[in-house]
Amino acid sequence: MSIKRLRLLGLLPTWVTIGVLMIGPLLIMAAVSLMEANVYGGVHLRFDVSSYVQILFDKNLFDETEFNPAYLIIIMRSFMLALGATGLALLIGFPAAYYIARQPDHRKNLLVFLITIPFWTNLLVRTFAWVIILGRGGFMDQVGSFLNIIGPDESINLMYTNTAILIGLVYSYLPLMVLPLYASMEKMDVRLLEAGADLYANRYELIRRIIVPLTMPGIIGGSILVFVPCLGAFIAPDLLGGGKKLMLGSLVQLQFATSRNWPFGAAIAMMLLAIVVIALMVNARAARRHAVYEQTGAEATHG
Amino acid sequence: MASPHRKSKFRPIWDFPGFGGLSVGFFAFLYVPILVLVAYSFNGSKFAMVWSEFSWRWYLKLLENDDIHSAAINSLIVAFFAAPAATIMATLAALVMVRGGPFRSRAFTAGLITLPLMVPEIVTAVATLIFFALLNINLGLINIILAHTVFCIPFAYMPIRAALEAMDPGLEVAAQDLYADRWDAFRYVTLPLLTPGIMSGFMLAFVISIDDFIITLMVAGAGSTTLPVYIYSMIRTGVTPEVNAVSTLLLAVSVILVSVYWLLSSANRKGEAIG
Repeated sequence: MSIKRLRLLGLLPTWVTIGVLMIGPLLIMAAVSLMEANVYGGVHLRFDVSSYVQILFDKNLFDETEFNPAYLIIIMRSFMLALGATGLALLIGFPAAYYIARQPDHRKNLLVFLITIPFWTNLLVRTFAWVIILGRGGFMDQVGSFLNIIGPDESINLMYTNTAILIGLVYSYLPLMVLPLYASMEKMDVRLLEAGADLYANRYELIRRIIVPLTMPGIIGGSILVFVPCLGAFIAPDLLGGGKKLMLGSLVQLQFATSRNWPFGAAIAMMLLAIVVIALMVNARAARRHAVYEQTGAEATHG
Repeated sequence: MASPHRKSKFRPIWDFPGFGGLSVGFFAFLYVPILVLVAYSFNGSKFAMVWSEFSWRWYLKLLENDDIHSAAINSLIVAFFAAPAATIMATLAALVMVRGGPFRSRAFTAGLITLPLMVPEIVTAVATLIFFALLNINLGLINIILAHTVFCIPFAYMPIRAALEAMDPGLEVAAQDLYADRWDAFRYVTLPLLTPGIMSGFMLAFVISIDDFIITLMVAGAGSTTLPVYIYSMIRTGVTPEVNAVSTLLLAVSVILVSVYWLLSSANRKGEAIG
């Protein structure tokens, strides 16, 4: 058999599977977002952009389109929560990633493994753990009343708030922030820090002017890996937000589970997809820039 | 790299005060919720969140719950079809990508394989739902198996490709020098050496399939509930401590499988260091 044949034989199953069951459905979804909704679920085969218009505008009694901020509020909430979760994850993950990267090899491997374990466990179950912790009369309340911070029958009452969703999001995706951060911190040459210190930089300046610029690909990569799934999150807003504080992911789910407005759900999903593409482009640009930066840096040291 | 063990009293400049403590806090944040959940699964109280006494009763109750049994069996059936299918495809693809020489569709294939990781899960979920609904494909568990196979491929692919890249191609050349044809070299040299990598890929695909919730929730029809979907309905309809028990079991399955994967791959690393 020729090498060309072998290659085709090896790649064809993957091409067909992902092509038919992933690209196909995404194309069909894009088409559905441009069709007219059928009240009973499904679609009419008629071209219609109203699903995209519906994101920002509504028809009033006189059949005039007017601005409707209901979905814009959900979009804004999703962005704010996703940004907040990304920032918090960076804040929590940065020192931990740095500390792990400076450990001896065997301990490093173990600690990285301990970060990946939560990533491989069920997200629903991990989020549900926070229901037990934050819920009325739950773990937090019991600890709180034990420490006399709150009365015996009082509650800290964080459930069904944006704060609860934020905690759930950070908890869900924290490993995705730390792993790329760790990867770029591990590659960093510690002698640069010594050189910086010799030039009278204090520790804060070392972080700001050496560690942060050198680990930028990890910071950006981790931020995107956290931001994107946060934006489309469904479990955290559903369990910890009580299904009342909707995010984009839950809005999409709702259109298919109860509202039965497929084109609108598909339009929101297309919006999420567009954001992912933008994020990936930002990432690619940052990586390219960093490569140039490192190259010129290397030339500067060797030249 | 300098050893971080401090022998002198002086703190090296790269050792930031407080980062160790923050890291302890970081790991506590990751693990305390899981430990709370596990602890509460042994709670004798009828209320999921109020602690009374240690008891096995919710685990005993699981034994009697037929719905959970059928959901667990469904999960296993799906994973035992989707994970091997994905692993076989990922192995073939990895062989071509690493050993296939230069060819034009390489970048395209690499992108295609990572696509399921890039697209948000909820988007994949509704796209697959629309796909099956409009084409009227209604095959119960087979729908779920098809959907799972797709997103299992990249997870199976990554460790297999890594194992292949770490393998010395000289070994295959040596086998061919000793008059093995290409198939024999593959069968007696490449495949045995690649087996730990393939096992790792299978393990990760299996875990990802067992744990998947959102895509299964959207794609599953009536009668084909998997364990995570069943847990979700338990949480929705009123939380009893039984949820904690079944959640703990699901966690345990993932942790065990991922630990086996880690041991396999660290054995691989040691093998490399020696060889």
